[in-house]
Amino acid sequence: MGSSDYCLNINNAHQKYDEKTILNGINAKIKQGEFVTVVGPTGCGKSTTLRLILGSELPSKGKVLYNDIMITKPDRNRGVVFQKYSLFPHKTVRENIMFGPELETFNLFEPIIQPFRYKRRRKEFKVIADQYLKRVRLLEHADKYPNMLSGGQRQRAAIAQAMIMKPDVILMDEPFGALDEGTREEMQIFTLEQWKDSKQTVLFITHSLEEAIFMGTRLIVISQYYQHDAGEEGSKIVKDIDIPWDHPRSTKIKNTTQFKDLMESIRYEGLDPDHLQNIGDFDLSHIDSVRNLM
Amino acid sequence: MFFDINAKPGKSISIFLGILLFGLAVMLYGSASHSRHADNPQDKLVPTPTQMWKSFSNAIFRPVIEQEFNDDGELIPNDEPKNLREAFKVGKHWEMLRNGEWQLLEDTLASGYRVLIAMLFIFAGVLLGLYMGMFPYLDKLLYRFILFFDKIPALAVLPILFIVFGLDETAKISLIVIGVAPTIILDTYLRVKDVPKENITKGMTLKASTQEIIYKIVFPQVFPKVLDTLRLNFKAVILFLIAGEALAAEAGLGYRIFVVRRYMDMATIIPYVIWISVLAFSIDFFLRRWIKKKFIWIKK
Repeated sequence: MGSSDYCLNINNAHQKYDEKTILNGINAKIKQGEFVTVVGPTGCGKSTTLRLILGSELPSKGKVLYNDIMITKPDRNRGVVFQKYSLFPHKTVRENIMFGPELETFNLFEPIIQPFRYKRRRKEFKVIADQYLKRVRLLEHADKYPNMLSGGQRQRAAIAQAMIMKPDVILMDEPFGALDEGTREEMQIFTLEQWKDSKQTVLFITHSLEEAIFMGTRLIVISQYYQHDAGEEGSKIVKDIDIPWDHPRSTKIKNTTQFKDLMESIRYEGLDPDHLQNIGDFDLSHIDSVRNLM
Repeated sequence: MFFDINAKPGKSISIFLGILLFGLAVMLYGSASHSRHADNPQDKLVPTPTQMWKSFSNAIFRPVIEQEFNDDGELIPNDEPKNLREAFKVGKHWEMLRNGEWQLLEDTLASGYRVLIAMLFIFAGVLLGLYMGMFPYLDKLLYRFILFFDKIPALAVLPILFIVFGLDETAKISLIVIGVAPTIILDTYLRVKDVPKENITKGMTLKASTQEIIYKIVFPQVFPKVLDTLRLNFKAVILFLIAGEALAAEAGLGYRIFVVRRYMDMATIIPYVIWISVLAFSIDFFLRRWIKKKFIWIKK
């Protein structure tokens, strides 16, 4: 069984909005436990791809499979961290993190019929939530509301909120896009630590190439700029490569020549709108990548 | 200096400026009333504060005094107490309070009852707006219709309401509901639409059901904002209340004003107008305070 080794399988996914093709045949198979980073020029459909995997959008053509089952809507197996609005503004940080487990066991009548069981379970959730709060170093801010937190704290809370559900896959859509440089690096290291502990599959979208190379085990570049013979439009995966460094990585690797060369070549081949690669020249060297010449 | 954009008025001057116009208005009224009464002691247009207080205290409580007249139409003197103080001396004050007329209280309760029932229906409108914002099919079905409905001037519909529902409470309450509910429905709808899509998607990844998304994620977020709109629309509620009562009622704050208008009884009208304004202001004030205290998570 080849395909069931993959926890996510995007099979020839197209997406069209009002006759404008955004995605033109995205193919990717992703193994359990991988940290996949996705980069691409502005407007290439990175976030659309994420929404297809999340299930908040359905592809106009093609299939997106989670463990060989078609994805039709967001569910608890695929957690998500957005750049903004991941937290519920009317709940405190602790309530936000407890919310998932609470919803999962929620029964409208239980508080009335079995009040003691309900209370005991709430207490258990609070203990678990506090463990997560400790992990994301927010325990002293547990009773604050999201609007009282800094950007970095908010994103840490959002990560804890997603992780407490222990989903197989965590999708991150430019989670550190709004953070300043220092906080950003701190969050990168933090996220990698969490990933190593949880063994989850992560799909991480970013517009920072450096961040993508530093964090990922596998890097995918999606771009609408490539040489098309038949006058096709819409983005394709133009690069799908393995990132060679072992985890855990030190931030020092960002300064090595190898890192900088890799960054330069990806920027030239994948992100430069003036450099149009031919479909046949795409660097799809990752072991799981799918070449589709059509 | 007065028209300086960067001015920072001090505390005492701020308080002074805040009450200045109130003080001026009262003084202006007092002098106008005084000079008119000096000209003509029978003047009804600008009653003195004493006259207004007498009329208002009569409205608050008026004892029923048993009086008998002889054949010549003269009052037969009796020992019954004439006012509350006399009644208290002979220990009959409870009886007097029980038998007396509480016009203001009755009017306020009658109007309050109408507002309360109307508010229940308006709150149902909040739920309708919530569902409209959440379910695209309901949205398509209802949005245009309510948008048009909102444009119908409620006062123009009042005759229809009186014809259809008769002169009872139903017509007056439905006037308030028809006048205010569409605004509230549309406001709730727009606020629901304003809730970030990410929040709803997030809820689904946390295994929230449709009802849980509506009542645990969306509704708590829009509720304080809708409450704020309700607060601002309270003025319209009172407007429609008084319009309804003016035409047909047996009690009510608006009814009283329009009844005594026939006798040009300014001494009753003015205190009633002030009373209505004070009531509306206090409700607004306490609601605003409560919202601010209760929903500290709202972005400032």
